[in-house]
Amino acid sequence: MKKIYLDYAATTPVDRRVLKVMLPYFSEKFGNTMSLHSFGQEAKRILEESREVVADFLGAKSNEIIFTGSATESNNLALKGIAFANKNKERHIIISQIEHPCILESAKWLETQGFEVTRLKVDKYGLISPEDVKKAIKKDTILVSIMHANNEIGTIEPIEKIGKICREKGVLFHTDAAQSFGKIPINVNKMNIDLLTASSHKMYGPKGVALLFVREGTKIEPLLHGGGHESGLRSSTVNVPGILGFAEAVKICQREMKKEGQRLTKLRDKLIKGVLEKIPGSHLNGHPQKRLPNNINFSFDGVEGESIVMQLDFKGIAVSTGSACSSAKLEPNHVLLAIGLKPHQANGSLRLSLGRWTKESDIDYVLKVLPQIIKKLREMSPFKK
Amino acid sequence: MPLYSKEILKHFRNPQNFGKVKNPSGVGEAGNIVCGDVMKFYLKIKENKKGEKVIEDVKFETLGCTVAIANSSLLTTMIKGKKLEYALKIKKEDLIKKLGKPFPPFKIHCSLLAIDALKEAIYDYYLKNKIKIPEDLEKEHQRIIKTKEELEKRYKNF
Repeated sequence: MKKIYLDYAATTPVDRRVLKVMLPYFSEKFGNTMSLHSFGQEAKRILEESREVVADFLGAKSNEIIFTGSATESNNLALKGIAFANKNKERHIIISQIEHPCILESAKWLETQGFEVTRLKVDKYGLISPEDVKKAIKKDTILVSIMHANNEIGTIEPIEKIGKICREKGVLFHTDAAQSFGKIPINVNKMNIDLLTASSHKMYGPKGVALLFVREGTKIEPLLHGGGHESGLRSSTVNVPGILGFAEAVKICQREMKKEGQRLTKLRDKLIKGVLEKIPGSHLNGHPQKRLPNNINFSFDGVEGESIVMQLDFKGIAVSTGSACSSAKLEPNHVLLAIGLKPHQANGSLRLSLGRWTKESDIDYVLKVLPQIIKKLREMSPFKK
Repeated sequence: MPLYSKEILKHFRNPQNFGKVKNPSGVGEAGNIVCGDVMKFYLKIKENKKGEKVIEDVKFETLGCTVAIANSSLLTTMIKGKKLEYALKIKKEDLIKKLGKPFPPFKIHCSLLAIDALKEAIYDYYLKNKIKIPEDLEKEHQRIIKTKEELEKRYKNF
Protein backbone atom coordinates (compact mmCIF):
# COMPACT_ATOMS: atom_id res chain seq x y z
CA MET A 1 0.00 0.00 0.00
CA LYS A 2 0.99 3.60 -0.68
CA LYS A 3 2.37 5.32 2.43
CA ILE A 4 1.96 9.07 2.60
CA TYR A 5 3.46 10.91 5.55
CA LEU A 6 1.72 14.22 6.22
CA ASP A 7 2.77 14.71 9.83
CA TYR A 8 6.03 16.61 9.34
CA ALA A 9 5.05 18.98 12.16
CA ALA A 10 5.32 16.02 14.55
CA THR A 11 8.72 14.95 13.29
CA THR A 12 10.65 14.61 10.04
CA PRO A 13 12.80 11.81 8.68
CA VAL A 14 16.54 12.44 8.74
CA ASP A 15 17.64 13.55 5.29
CA ARG A 16 19.99 10.92 3.84
CA ARG A 17 22.55 13.63 3.11
CA VAL A 18 22.50 14.44 6.83
CA LEU A 19 22.73 10.80 7.87
CA LYS A 20 25.74 10.24 5.63
CA VAL A 21 27.67 13.07 7.28
CA MET A 22 26.79 11.80 10.76
CA LEU A 23 27.69 8.13 10.38
CA PRO A 24 31.50 8.27 10.89
CA TYR A 25 30.96 10.08 14.18
CA PHE A 26 29.41 7.09 15.94
CA SER A 27 32.09 4.41 15.75
CA GLU A 28 35.20 5.93 14.18
CA LYS A 29 35.34 9.55 15.30
CA PHE A 30 33.63 9.00 18.61
CA GLY A 31 35.71 11.29 20.87
CA ASN A 32 34.54 13.29 23.87
CA THR A 33 34.78 17.05 23.28
CA MET A 34 36.35 17.46 26.75
CA SER A 35 39.27 15.06 26.07
CA LEU A 36 42.68 16.53 25.35
CA HIS A 37 43.88 13.93 22.83
CA SER A 38 43.31 13.87 19.08
CA PHE A 39 39.95 12.06 19.41
CA GLY A 40 38.72 14.82 21.67
CA GLN A 41 40.16 17.56 19.49
CA GLU A 42 38.35 16.19 16.44
CA ALA A 43 35.07 16.12 18.38
CA LYS A 44 35.61 19.65 19.66
CA ARG A 45 36.36 20.88 16.14
CA ILE A 46 33.11 19.38 14.82
CA LEU A 47 31.16 20.91 17.70
CA GLU A 48 32.53 24.40 17.11
CA GLU A 49 32.16 24.25 13.35
CA SER A 50 28.55 23.15 13.78
CA ARG A 51 27.96 25.99 16.20
CA GLU A 52 29.21 28.45 13.59
CA VAL A 53 26.89 27.02 10.94
CA VAL A 54 23.73 27.40 13.00
CA ALA A 55 24.81 30.77 14.42
CA ASP A 56 25.36 32.07 10.90
CA PHE A 57 21.90 30.84 9.86
CA LEU A 58 20.30 32.87 12.67
CA GLY A 59 22.50 35.94 12.25
CA ALA A 60 23.98 35.19 15.69
CA LYS A 61 27.50 34.83 17.06
CA SER A 62 28.69 31.31 17.68
CA ASN A 63 29.17 31.92 21.42
CA GLU A 64 25.45 32.68 21.61
CA ILE A 65 24.41 29.14 20.68
CA ILE A 66 23.82 26.52 23.40
CA PHE A 67 23.17 22.99 22.16
CA THR A 68 20.57 21.06 24.15
CA GLY A 69 18.75 17.73 23.93
CA SER A 70 15.32 18.90 22.80
CA ALA A 71 13.18 21.96 22.15
CA THR A 72 11.43 21.13 25.41
CA GLU A 73 14.75 21.42 27.21
CA SER A 74 15.60 24.68 25.43
CA ASN A 75 12.23 26.17 26.36
CA ASN A 76 12.59 25.02 29.98
CA LEU A 77 16.08 26.52 30.09
CA ALA A 78 14.86 29.80 28.60
CA LEU A 79 11.97 30.28 31.02
CA LYS A 80 13.41 28.83 34.21
CA GLY A 81 16.95 29.96 33.50
CA ILE A 82 15.94 33.58 32.94
CA ALA A 83 13.42 33.57 35.78
CA PHE A 84 15.93 32.29 38.31
CA ALA A 85 18.71 34.59 37.14
CA ASN A 86 16.40 37.51 37.91
CA LYS A 87 14.45 36.18 40.85
CA ASN A 88 15.70 38.73 43.34
CA LYS A 89 14.65 41.67 41.20
CA GLU A 90 11.68 40.84 39.01
CA ARG A 91 9.02 38.14 38.99
CA HIS A 92 6.66 38.64 36.04
CA ILE A 93 6.62 36.59 32.81
CA ILE A 94 4.39 36.97 29.75
CA ILE A 95 3.48 34.08 27.46
CA SER A 96 0.51 33.33 25.19
CA GLN A 97 -2.32 30.84 25.53
CA ILE A 98 -1.23 28.97 22.42
CA GLU A 99 2.35 28.14 23.37
CA HIS A 100 3.61 24.56 23.26
CA PRO A 101 2.91 22.55 26.45
CA CYS A 102 6.59 22.77 27.46
CA ILE A 103 6.24 26.56 27.75
CA LEU A 104 2.81 26.40 29.38
CA GLU A 105 3.92 23.81 31.93
CA SER A 106 7.22 25.55 32.68
CA ALA A 107 5.32 28.78 33.31
CA LYS A 108 2.83 26.95 35.51
CA TRP A 109 5.68 25.48 37.53
CA LEU A 110 7.30 28.90 37.87
CA GLU A 111 4.05 30.12 39.41
CA THR A 112 4.52 27.57 42.17
CA GLN A 113 7.96 29.13 42.74
CA GLY A 114 6.50 32.57 43.33
CA PHE A 115 6.64 33.99 39.80
CA GLU A 116 3.67 35.67 38.16
CA VAL A 117 2.54 34.66 34.66
CA THR A 118 0.34 36.52 32.16
CA ARG A 119 -1.12 34.39 29.36
CA LEU A 120 -2.08 36.52 26.37
CA LYS A 121 -5.17 35.73 24.32
CA VAL A 122 -5.14 35.36 20.56
CA ASP A 123 -7.63 36.35 17.85
CA LYS A 124 -9.63 33.89 15.75
CA TYR A 125 -6.62 33.24 13.52
CA GLY A 126 -4.34 32.61 16.46
CA LEU A 127 -2.56 35.96 16.15
CA ILE A 128 -1.12 37.69 19.18
CA SER A 129 -1.47 41.45 19.19
CA PRO A 130 1.78 43.37 19.79
CA GLU A 131 -0.39 46.03 21.48
CA ASP A 132 -1.49 43.42 24.03
CA VAL A 133 2.13 42.58 24.73
CA LYS A 134 2.87 46.25 25.28
CA LYS A 135 -0.06 46.60 27.68
CA ALA A 136 0.88 43.47 29.62
CA ILE A 137 4.47 44.55 30.32
CA LYS A 138 4.84 45.78 33.89
CA LYS A 139 7.64 47.29 35.93
CA ASP A 140 8.75 43.87 37.14
CA THR A 141 8.39 41.95 33.84
CA ILE A 142 11.46 39.82 33.17
CA LEU A 143 10.63 37.97 30.00
CA VAL A 144 8.15 37.74 27.14
CA SER A 145 7.96 34.34 25.43
CA ILE A 146 5.90 34.18 22.25
CA MET A 147 6.26 31.40 19.69
CA HIS A 148 7.34 32.23 16.15
CA ALA A 149 4.83 29.92 14.44
CA ASN A 150 2.18 27.75 15.99
CA ASN A 151 2.58 23.98 15.82
CA GLU A 152 -1.14 23.20 15.47
CA ILE A 153 -2.53 25.88 13.18
CA GLY A 154 0.68 27.21 11.60
CA THR A 155 -0.07 30.87 12.32
CA ILE A 156 3.05 33.05 12.11
CA GLU A 157 3.19 35.59 14.93
CA PRO A 158 4.35 39.21 14.49
CA ILE A 159 7.50 38.54 16.49
CA GLU A 160 9.54 41.33 14.91
CA LYS A 161 7.08 43.88 16.29
CA ILE A 162 6.82 42.10 19.63
CA GLY A 163 10.61 41.97 19.84
CA LYS A 164 10.82 45.69 19.16
CA ILE A 165 8.37 46.47 21.95
CA CYS A 166 10.32 44.28 24.37
CA ARG A 167 13.58 45.94 23.39
CA GLU A 168 12.10 49.42 23.95
CA LYS A 169 10.74 48.39 27.33
CA GLY A 170 13.97 46.70 28.36
CA VAL A 171 12.35 43.27 28.69
CA LEU A 172 13.93 40.06 27.39
CA PHE A 173 12.20 38.40 24.43
CA HIS A 174 12.25 34.65 23.86
CA THR A 175 10.67 32.91 20.88
CA ASP A 176 10.03 29.20 20.41
CA ALA A 177 10.91 28.69 16.74
CA ALA A 178 10.70 24.88 16.78
CA GLN A 179 8.18 24.89 13.92
CA SER A 180 9.52 27.79 11.87
CA PHE A 181 13.29 27.21 12.01
CA GLY A 182 14.45 26.09 8.58
CA LYS A 183 11.08 26.88 6.99
CA ILE A 184 10.90 30.68 7.03
CA PRO A 185 13.66 33.29 7.47
CA ILE A 186 14.76 34.19 10.98
CA ASN A 187 17.27 36.81 11.99
CA VAL A 188 17.74 37.34 15.71
CA ASN A 189 19.01 40.88 15.28
CA LYS A 190 16.44 42.10 12.80
CA MET A 191 13.67 40.53 14.89
CA ASN A 192 14.99 41.80 18.24
CA ILE A 193 15.18 38.30 19.70
CA ASP A 194 17.14 37.71 22.91
CA LEU A 195 16.50 33.98 23.21
CA LEU A 196 15.38 31.48 20.57
CA THR A 197 14.57 27.78 20.61
CA ALA A 198 15.07 25.57 17.55
CA SER A 199 14.96 21.82 17.09
CA SER A 200 16.78 19.48 14.72
CA HIS A 201 14.17 16.75 14.22
CA LYS A 202 11.60 19.19 12.82
CA MET A 203 13.89 20.08 9.91
CA TYR A 204 15.32 16.76 8.69
CA GLY A 205 18.05 16.44 11.32
CA PRO A 206 18.24 13.75 14.02
CA LYS A 207 16.12 13.61 17.17
CA GLY A 208 17.68 14.45 20.52
CA VAL A 209 19.34 17.71 19.43
CA ALA A 210 18.12 21.27 19.73
CA LEU A 211 19.51 24.69 20.53
CA LEU A 212 18.89 27.77 22.57
CA PHE A 213 20.20 31.06 21.27
CA VAL A 214 21.07 33.33 24.19
CA ARG A 215 22.11 36.87 23.32
CA GLU A 216 25.54 37.80 24.59
CA GLY A 217 25.46 39.38 28.01
CA THR A 218 22.10 37.81 29.02
CA LYS A 219 22.08 36.48 32.56
CA ILE A 220 20.75 32.94 32.66
CA GLU A 221 20.95 30.06 35.15
CA PRO A 222 21.60 26.49 33.91
CA LEU A 223 19.20 23.60 34.56
CA LEU A 224 21.94 20.97 34.43
CA HIS A 225 25.04 21.36 36.58
CA GLY A 226 28.17 19.28 36.05
CA GLY A 227 31.26 19.40 33.90
CA GLY A 228 30.59 22.88 32.58
CA HIS A 229 29.86 22.06 28.94
CA GLU A 230 28.28 24.68 26.69
CA SER A 231 29.78 27.61 28.64
CA GLY A 232 28.46 26.10 31.85
CA LEU A 233 24.88 26.39 30.68
CA ARG A 234 24.30 22.75 29.78
CA SER A 235 26.55 20.18 31.40
CA SER A 236 26.30 16.82 29.63
CA THR A 237 28.64 14.89 27.34
CA VAL A 238 28.21 16.51 23.96
CA ASN A 239 26.14 14.67 21.33
CA VAL A 240 28.65 15.21 18.52
CA PRO A 241 27.02 13.17 15.71
CA GLY A 242 23.64 14.70 16.56
CA ILE A 243 24.94 18.25 16.54
CA LEU A 244 26.85 17.64 13.32
CA GLY A 245 23.64 16.28 11.78
CA PHE A 246 21.72 19.32 13.01
CA ALA A 247 24.28 21.63 11.36
CA GLU A 248 24.18 19.68 8.11
CA ALA A 249 20.37 19.90 8.12
CA VAL A 250 20.69 23.66 8.61
CA LYS A 251 23.07 23.94 5.65
CA ILE A 252 20.55 22.17 3.43
CA CYS A 253 17.71 24.44 4.60
CA GLN A 254 19.92 27.48 4.04
CA ARG A 255 20.34 26.44 0.40
CA GLU A 256 16.85 25.11 -0.31
CA MET A 257 14.50 26.96 2.03
CA LYS A 258 13.29 29.65 -0.35
CA LYS A 259 12.43 27.35 -3.25
CA GLU A 260 11.05 24.65 -0.97
CA GLY A 261 8.84 27.20 0.78
CA GLN A 262 7.32 28.26 -2.54
CA ARG A 263 6.79 24.65 -3.60
CA LEU A 264 5.09 23.72 -0.31
CA THR A 265 2.93 26.85 -0.27
CA LYS A 266 1.55 25.86 -3.66
CA LEU A 267 0.80 22.31 -2.52
CA ARG A 268 -0.65 23.59 0.75
CA ASP A 269 -3.02 25.98 -0.99
CA LYS A 270 -4.09 23.33 -3.48
CA LEU A 271 -5.02 20.96 -0.67
CA ILE A 272 -6.83 23.68 1.30
CA LYS A 273 -8.81 24.79 -1.74
CA GLY A 274 -9.62 21.21 -2.74
CA VAL A 275 -10.88 20.17 0.68
CA LEU A 276 -12.97 23.30 1.24
CA GLU A 277 -14.54 22.79 -2.19
CA LYS A 278 -15.11 19.05 -1.99
CA ILE A 279 -16.17 18.60 1.62
CA PRO A 280 -19.24 20.48 2.87
CA GLY A 281 -18.98 21.60 6.49
CA SER A 282 -15.19 21.93 6.37
CA HIS A 283 -13.34 24.93 7.77
CA LEU A 284 -9.73 26.09 7.75
CA ASN A 285 -8.22 26.82 11.16
CA GLY A 286 -5.47 29.41 11.44
CA HIS A 287 -4.62 32.34 9.20
CA PRO A 288 -5.18 31.94 5.43
CA GLN A 289 -1.89 33.72 4.52
CA LYS A 290 0.17 34.28 7.65
CA ARG A 291 0.84 30.59 8.09
CA LEU A 292 3.72 28.17 7.70
CA PRO A 293 4.15 26.94 4.12
CA ASN A 294 3.65 23.36 5.27
CA ASN A 295 0.77 23.60 7.76
CA ILE A 296 -2.90 22.84 7.17
CA ASN A 297 -5.54 22.53 9.88
CA PHE A 298 -9.20 21.82 9.21
CA SER A 299 -12.31 21.28 11.30
CA PHE A 300 -15.08 19.08 9.95
CA ASP A 301 -18.61 19.47 11.28
CA GLY A 302 -20.15 16.36 12.79
CA VAL A 303 -17.09 14.11 12.65
CA GLU A 304 -14.62 13.12 15.33
CA GLY A 305 -10.95 13.66 14.48
CA GLU A 306 -9.42 10.53 15.95
CA SER A 307 -11.62 8.34 13.80
CA ILE A 308 -10.62 10.38 10.71
CA VAL A 309 -6.95 9.83 11.57
CA MET A 310 -7.48 6.07 11.94
CA GLN A 311 -9.49 5.82 8.71
CA LEU A 312 -6.78 7.74 6.85
CA ASP A 313 -4.16 5.44 8.38
CA PHE A 314 -6.00 2.49 6.80
CA LYS A 315 -5.41 4.26 3.48
CA GLY A 316 -1.73 4.81 4.24
CA ILE A 317 -2.03 8.52 5.07
CA ALA A 318 -0.42 9.70 8.34
CA VAL A 319 -1.86 12.89 9.90
CA SER A 320 -2.86 14.16 13.35
CA THR A 321 -5.82 15.67 15.23
CA GLY A 322 -6.56 17.98 18.13
CA SER A 323 -9.47 15.86 19.26
CA ALA A 324 -9.99 15.11 22.94
CA CYS A 325 -10.26 11.42 22.07
CA SER A 326 -6.68 11.42 20.86
CA SER A 327 -5.26 12.88 24.05
CA ALA A 328 -4.75 10.98 27.27
CA LYS A 329 -6.24 13.94 29.15
CA LEU A 330 -9.45 13.65 27.10
CA GLU A 331 -9.45 17.37 26.50
CA PRO A 332 -9.58 19.09 23.12
CA ASN A 333 -6.43 20.87 21.94
CA HIS A 334 -5.80 24.14 23.81
CA VAL A 335 -4.79 26.08 20.68
CA LEU A 336 -8.06 25.31 18.92
CA LEU A 337 -10.04 26.35 21.99
CA ALA A 338 -7.96 29.53 22.27
CA ILE A 339 -8.94 30.60 18.73
CA GLY A 340 -12.56 30.25 19.77
CA LEU A 341 -13.52 26.81 18.51
CA LYS A 342 -16.16 24.97 20.54
CA PRO A 343 -14.98 21.65 21.98
CA HIS A 344 -16.95 19.66 19.38
CA GLN A 345 -15.33 21.69 16.57
CA ALA A 346 -11.87 21.09 18.04
CA ASN A 347 -12.75 17.40 18.27
CA GLY A 348 -13.42 17.41 14.54
CA SER A 349 -10.01 18.85 13.69
CA LEU A 350 -7.34 17.46 11.43
CA ARG A 351 -3.77 18.68 10.99
CA LEU A 352 -1.89 17.86 7.80
CA SER A 353 1.72 19.01 7.65
CA LEU A 354 3.67 18.74 4.43
CA GLY A 355 7.39 18.34 3.94
CA ARG A 356 10.41 17.70 1.77
CA TRP A 357 9.09 14.50 0.24
CA THR A 358 5.47 15.55 -0.28
CA LYS A 359 4.53 15.31 -3.95
CA GLU A 360 1.60 16.75 -5.84
CA SER A 361 0.30 13.21 -6.39
CA ASP A 362 0.12 12.80 -2.59
CA ILE A 363 -2.12 15.85 -2.39
CA ASP A 364 -4.32 14.44 -5.18
CA TYR A 365 -4.57 11.13 -3.31
CA VAL A 366 -5.68 12.89 -0.10
CA LEU A 367 -8.23 14.88 -2.08
CA LYS A 368 -9.59 11.60 -3.42
CA VAL A 369 -9.68 9.67 -0.15
CA LEU A 370 -10.58 12.25 2.50
CA PRO A 371 -14.04 13.23 1.20
CA GLN A 372 -15.07 9.55 1.14
CA ILE A 373 -13.92 9.05 4.73
CA ILE A 374 -15.72 12.14 6.02
CA LYS A 375 -18.87 11.01 4.19
CA LYS A 376 -18.67 7.50 5.64
CA LEU A 377 -18.18 8.75 9.21
CA ARG A 378 -20.99 11.27 8.84
CA GLU A 379 -23.33 8.52 7.69
CA MET A 380 -22.68 6.75 10.96
CA SER A 381 -23.36 9.84 13.05
CA PRO A 382 -26.63 10.58 14.88
CA PHE A 383 -26.40 14.15 13.58
CA LYS A 384 -26.49 13.38 9.87
CA LYS A 385 -28.76 15.53 7.83
CA MET B 1 3.08 -1.63 18.67
CA PRO B 2 -0.42 -1.26 17.31
CA LEU B 3 -2.63 1.18 19.17
CA TYR B 4 -5.74 -0.98 19.00
CA SER B 5 -6.65 -4.67 18.99
CA LYS B 6 -7.57 -6.55 15.82
CA GLU B 7 -11.17 -6.79 16.98
CA ILE B 8 -11.44 -3.01 17.50
CA LEU B 9 -10.02 -2.33 14.06
CA LYS B 10 -12.26 -4.97 12.49
CA HIS B 11 -15.41 -3.29 13.82
CA PHE B 12 -14.11 0.18 13.06
CA ARG B 13 -13.17 -0.70 9.51
CA ASN B 14 -16.40 -2.50 8.87
CA PRO B 15 -19.05 -1.41 11.36
CA GLN B 16 -22.07 -3.70 11.71
CA ASN B 17 -25.66 -2.50 12.04
CA PHE B 18 -25.20 1.22 11.73
CA GLY B 19 -28.14 3.41 10.81
CA LYS B 20 -31.72 3.61 12.02
CA VAL B 21 -34.45 1.00 12.65
CA LYS B 22 -37.83 1.79 11.10
CA ASN B 23 -40.51 2.39 13.74
CA PRO B 24 -38.25 1.50 16.66
CA SER B 25 -39.68 0.09 19.88
CA GLY B 26 -37.12 2.06 21.85
CA VAL B 27 -34.45 4.71 21.24
CA GLY B 28 -31.64 5.64 23.63
CA GLU B 29 -28.86 8.18 23.62
CA ALA B 30 -25.73 8.60 25.71
CA GLY B 31 -22.82 11.00 25.71
CA ASN B 32 -22.72 14.58 24.71
CA ILE B 33 -21.64 16.34 21.55
CA VAL B 34 -19.44 18.78 23.42
CA CYS B 35 -17.27 16.06 24.92
CA GLY B 36 -16.88 14.27 21.63
CA ASP B 37 -18.82 11.03 21.75
CA VAL B 38 -22.53 10.66 21.16
CA MET B 39 -24.18 7.28 20.69
CA LYS B 40 -27.72 6.42 19.79
CA PHE B 41 -29.26 2.95 19.85
CA TYR B 42 -32.48 1.92 18.06
CA LEU B 43 -34.24 -1.30 19.10
CA LYS B 44 -37.01 -3.35 17.52
CA ILE B 45 -38.42 -5.63 20.19
CA LYS B 46 -40.87 -8.50 19.59
CA GLU B 47 -42.33 -11.16 21.84
CA ASN B 48 -41.58 -14.75 20.91
CA LYS B 49 -44.01 -17.71 21.22
CA LYS B 50 -43.02 -18.19 24.85
CA GLY B 51 -43.94 -14.56 25.54
CA GLU B 52 -40.27 -13.55 26.01
CA LYS B 53 -39.11 -10.20 24.73
CA VAL B 54 -36.51 -10.55 21.98
CA ILE B 55 -34.39 -7.92 20.23
CA GLU B 56 -35.40 -8.53 16.65
CA ASP B 57 -33.33 -5.70 15.22
CA VAL B 58 -30.82 -3.17 16.52
CA LYS B 59 -28.98 -0.29 14.87
CA PHE B 60 -26.60 2.35 16.15
CA GLU B 61 -25.50 5.85 15.24
CA THR B 62 -22.24 7.10 16.73
CA LEU B 63 -20.27 10.29 16.49
CA GLY B 64 -16.99 9.41 18.09
CA CYS B 65 -13.56 7.91 18.04
CA THR B 66 -12.37 4.51 16.86
CA VAL B 67 -13.17 2.73 20.13
CA ALA B 68 -16.59 4.41 20.41
CA ILE B 69 -17.56 3.17 16.94
CA ALA B 70 -16.07 -0.30 17.52
CA ASN B 71 -17.92 -0.65 20.82
CA SER B 72 -21.25 0.34 19.30
CA SER B 73 -20.81 -2.10 16.44
CA LEU B 74 -19.71 -4.97 18.69
CA LEU B 75 -22.58 -4.42 21.10
CA THR B 76 -25.19 -4.60 18.33
CA THR B 77 -23.77 -7.95 17.16
CA MET B 78 -23.91 -9.28 20.72
CA ILE B 79 -27.57 -8.49 21.30
CA LYS B 80 -29.21 -8.94 17.91
CA GLY B 81 -31.70 -11.82 18.15
CA LYS B 82 -31.12 -12.14 21.90
CA LYS B 83 -33.55 -11.84 24.78
CA LEU B 84 -33.96 -8.43 26.38
CA GLU B 85 -32.89 -9.79 29.79
CA TYR B 86 -29.58 -10.87 28.28
CA ALA B 87 -28.94 -7.40 26.82
CA LEU B 88 -29.59 -5.80 30.18
CA LYS B 89 -26.94 -7.92 31.84
CA ILE B 90 -24.03 -6.91 29.58
CA LYS B 91 -21.35 -4.93 31.37
CA LYS B 92 -18.57 -2.70 30.03
CA GLU B 93 -16.05 -5.35 31.13
CA ASP B 94 -17.72 -7.83 28.75
CA LEU B 95 -17.20 -5.46 25.83
CA ILE B 96 -13.61 -4.67 26.78
CA LYS B 97 -12.86 -8.39 27.07
CA LYS B 98 -14.38 -9.13 23.68
CA LEU B 99 -12.53 -6.28 21.99
CA GLY B 100 -9.25 -7.66 23.30
CA LYS B 101 -5.86 -6.05 23.71
CA PRO B 102 -4.30 -3.59 23.15
CA PHE B 103 -7.06 -1.42 24.58
CA PRO B 104 -5.99 2.05 25.75
CA PRO B 105 -7.18 2.42 29.37
CA PHE B 106 -8.39 5.98 28.85
CA LYS B 107 -10.91 4.66 26.33
CA ILE B 108 -12.86 2.60 28.87
CA HIS B 109 -15.53 5.29 29.06
CA CYS B 110 -16.37 4.63 25.39
CA SER B 111 -17.44 1.09 26.34
CA LEU B 112 -19.60 2.38 29.15
CA LEU B 113 -21.18 4.88 26.78
CA ALA B 114 -22.33 2.17 24.35
CA ILE B 115 -23.96 0.20 27.15
CA ASP B 116 -25.57 3.36 28.48
CA ALA B 117 -27.11 4.11 25.08
CA LEU B 118 -28.48 0.55 24.93
CA LYS B 119 -29.91 0.77 28.45
CA GLU B 120 -31.57 4.08 27.62
CA ALA B 121 -33.17 2.47 24.56
CA ILE B 122 -34.55 -0.37 26.70
CA TYR B 123 -35.71 2.16 29.28
CA ASP B 124 -37.50 4.05 26.53
CA TYR B 125 -39.17 0.83 25.38
CA TYR B 126 -40.39 0.03 28.91
CA LEU B 127 -41.67 3.53 29.36
CA LYS B 128 -43.53 3.59 26.03
CA ASN B 129 -45.15 0.22 26.71
CA LYS B 130 -45.97 1.04 30.32
CA ILE B 131 -43.95 -1.92 31.55
CA LYS B 132 -42.78 -1.71 35.14
CA ILE B 133 -39.16 -0.52 35.11
CA PRO B 134 -36.82 -2.75 37.14
CA GLU B 135 -35.13 -1.00 40.04
CA ASP B 136 -31.62 -1.52 38.64
CA LEU B 137 -32.53 0.00 35.30
CA GLU B 138 -34.14 2.99 36.97
CA LYS B 139 -30.94 3.55 38.93
CA GLU B 140 -28.84 3.32 35.79
CA HIS B 141 -31.16 5.73 34.00
CA GLN B 142 -30.75 8.27 36.81
CA ARG B 143 -26.96 7.87 36.70
CA ILE B 144 -26.85 8.38 32.90
CA ILE B 145 -28.95 11.53 33.13
CA LYS B 146 -26.77 12.85 35.92
CA THR B 147 -23.60 12.22 33.88
CA LYS B 148 -25.11 14.07 30.94
CA GLU B 149 -25.92 17.05 33.14
CA GLU B 150 -22.43 17.08 34.59
CA LEU B 151 -20.88 17.04 31.12
CA GLU B 152 -23.06 19.91 30.01
CA LYS B 153 -22.05 21.87 33.08
CA ARG B 154 -18.35 21.11 32.56
CA TYR B 155 -18.39 22.30 28.97
CA LYS B 156 -20.80 25.19 29.43
CA ASN B 157 -17.98 27.64 29.91
CA PHE B 158 -16.43 26.92 26.53
